[in-house]
Amino acid sequence: MPIENKTIDRAAREMLQRTADDGVKTVWDRLEEQEPQCGFGTLGICCRNCLQGPCRINPFGQPDRGVCGATADTIVARNLLRSLAGGTAAHVDHAYEAVEALHKLSEGNVNYEIKDEAKLKEIASKLGLETESKDMGELAKEVAAKAFENFGGHGSEGLGWLEAWAPKERIDTWAELGILPRKADREIREAMHQTTMGMDADPVNLLLSCLKQGIVDGFAGLKLATDMQDIIFGTPKPVQTETNLGVLKEDHVNIIVHGHVPLLSEKVVEWARKLNNEAKDAGAAGINVAGICCTGNEVLMRQGIPPATNFLGQELALATGAVDLMVVDVQCIMPSVATVAGCYHGEIVTTMPITKIPGAEHVPFTLEEADEQAQKIVRRALESYQKRNMDKVYIPDEKVPIVAGFSVEAIVAALSKVDAADPLKPLVESIKSGDILGAVGTVGCNNAKITQDSMHVEMVKELIANNVLVVATGCSAHALGKAGLLHPDATVKFAGEGLKNVLTAVGEAAGLGGPLPPVLHMGSCVDNSRIGDLLTALAAYLGVNVKDLPVAASAPEPQHEKALSIGTWAVAMGVLTHLGLPPHVLGSAVVAETLTGEKIESLVGGKFYVESDPIAAAGGLIAHIKSKRKALGI
Amino acid sequence: MEQILVTPERCLGCHSCELSCAVEHSPSKELLAAVAGGEKTVPRVFVETDGKLNFPLQCRHCQEPACVYACMSGALSKEEKTGKVVVSEEKCVGCWMCVMTCPFGAIIQGSDHKVIKKCDRCPDREEPACTTACPTDAIQFISVDQFSKDRRRKYLTVFNSQREEAEQL
Repeated sequence: MPIENKTIDRAAREMLQRTADDGVKTVWDRLEEQEPQCGFGTLGICCRNCLQGPCRINPFGQPDRGVCGATADTIVARNLLRSLAGGTAAHVDHAYEAVEALHKLSEGNVNYEIKDEAKLKEIASKLGLETESKDMGELAKEVAAKAFENFGGHGSEGLGWLEAWAPKERIDTWAELGILPRKADREIREAMHQTTMGMDADPVNLLLSCLKQGIVDGFAGLKLATDMQDIIFGTPKPVQTETNLGVLKEDHVNIIVHGHVPLLSEKVVEWARKLNNEAKDAGAAGINVAGICCTGNEVLMRQGIPPATNFLGQELALATGAVDLMVVDVQCIMPSVATVAGCYHGEIVTTMPITKIPGAEHVPFTLEEADEQAQKIVRRALESYQKRNMDKVYIPDEKVPIVAGFSVEAIVAALSKVDAADPLKPLVESIKSGDILGAVGTVGCNNAKITQDSMHVEMVKELIANNVLVVATGCSAHALGKAGLLHPDATVKFAGEGLKNVLTAVGEAAGLGGPLPPVLHMGSCVDNSRIGDLLTALAAYLGVNVKDLPVAASAPEPQHEKALSIGTWAVAMGVLTHLGLPPHVLGSAVVAETLTGEKIESLVGGKFYVESDPIAAAGGLIAHIKSKRKALGI
Repeated sequence: MEQILVTPERCLGCHSCELSCAVEHSPSKELLAAVAGGEKTVPRVFVETDGKLNFPLQCRHCQEPACVYACMSGALSKEEKTGKVVVSEEKCVGCWMCVMTCPFGAIIQGSDHKVIKKCDRCPDREEPACTTACPTDAIQFISVDQFSKDRRRKYLTVFNSQREEAEQL
């Protein structure tokens, strides 16, 4: 595969030439080695859930059933539900870590603090807690207790977070369909039970459970994690920095934080700043922290830490030979990072008991000893720096300025500079007038099967040229950042006339001296909850339902099970959700047609839409937005 | 000239060769389109097992093809230039004599149950779909000379390790 087909990122292209010259394998080489990939797996028609198997269905004839009698429809639907349970489990487990941190800090056992007291109070009152007579520790303890209730408990009680934040219309719709979730752990457990041998064989019933997993992810995963993290680390405000591999500094100790949970990365950032002088003693100009994947987004949003690259670039960052230490927590960490670091330079440090990698060093991370461990990790980076061979360092001269940090609170704050009494009004008026046609949230991963960043960037350029406001999270936001789209200059260069005027008016009123960027970076993948909050607020303001809004969601380059569970949440919320490649469901016409057809749309208001061409996908999303506008009479 | 040659001990029985063969012989020649479109197609390679060994079998394109000799309509012929045994489906009368004479059971009936189907070694591809699809190289598109050489080399490895073991004793 020519390098131009692997990525559109110029820094990544330079590094891919380097790894090719050095004979170091990357994710793209391994994909080529895997091709052609198994057709049964691609179609989702293999089942290995019991020891009578593995079974696979012949899509062109016999056998059309597994040993137990399961059809392709059953197998595909079961496999999809298991994938969604995997994605949901990842986010719910992430949320649990954050709740545990709030609980422990409320008891005074750990050295974390409450950085956003206003948000704590707001959440507490939304949960029906009395806030005025209590100190912050007491309130945090009560909120943490309420948060813990989302995971487990006896009986068939629902999710408190959902009951407090989901629109009533959604709760009624889900209740009517029988997919209103009970406690998160119970639902994830039940999905595993439902899909084991001799259980549910009805593809439609299995798909309803898929929707339920999506709802669990949205409220007991995404929303819960974001809320806890905002309380502990602060709600993001606009920050300016730069992105791409050029943010690595040859004369600095370079530490990369990679993974998803800010409990670790925040401490690493804190101690990298505190120990900066020790780097000078070690002969470096200072300590430079950069991020990859969503923990990178977390410290970007709150600390202005520059993102080095996104998912597909993780090996390439190490190939610079300038990364002295990459510290990882959970999710999206390719085990190959240890091999690539071994070929160039740098230490890979794993920290979590459920994410260890052969060839990496393991420094256990606990909330109780977070400071000591973060110091230890930073000092290991200083040692590693001293072993770095400067002759083998090559950092591409590629970096671009970005603006990030657009929490809902930050967006409302900017809008309130236009209309302090009624901040959502200018946004809604712009949508009504057609200056803003609608909005699309682009989220999710890179996938080596798609030229890195190409779907994100080409589709979004087409959207903003057509006056569609784009909000982004996760690796999508990284991709758009590297392409310059998280910067006000892109508004001038790429946005349609109406969108440009609105962004300029708001940006100037907010004192930015220019427009807002055409793509608002709203955070990490769990921060997709922020997009949900924004849609819920907009719908409430307009007196309509979320499913009626002229909006859509898109995971242009999906890779992870988490992308599927987030996408399913968006569909359950009533939002059309585009995927840049199909999930492993095409072996069942029933499943594929149900997920993308009118039936699911009539039930929940949303559906999936698969399109691999970026311009066609933008066209499909714009057509959808126009149809929603028409239905609203605007 | 390359032949389709099999190392059966490497076959894990995944049936990927069968699937890719069926796709290559479908109207669209594309997995997702063929499945979504409900296209009719059958594979010309068959993974058989006796419980001990898996073996992906297809037409061996024999030099003395019993099937060609048995064909009374002239549908089957041995191509001089390519060495392939090919079938003209227009001429096939469905007498199944070739099916009876093929020692490998490599000839089957098509989904219409009227004429035969067999391996055509993927005339539209440089390398047959089945050998491309095999994840373990159990089926290879390889010259007989190279295959034999690989076997000899492999034998040397075995021979050497046995000799070294004997010397240690």
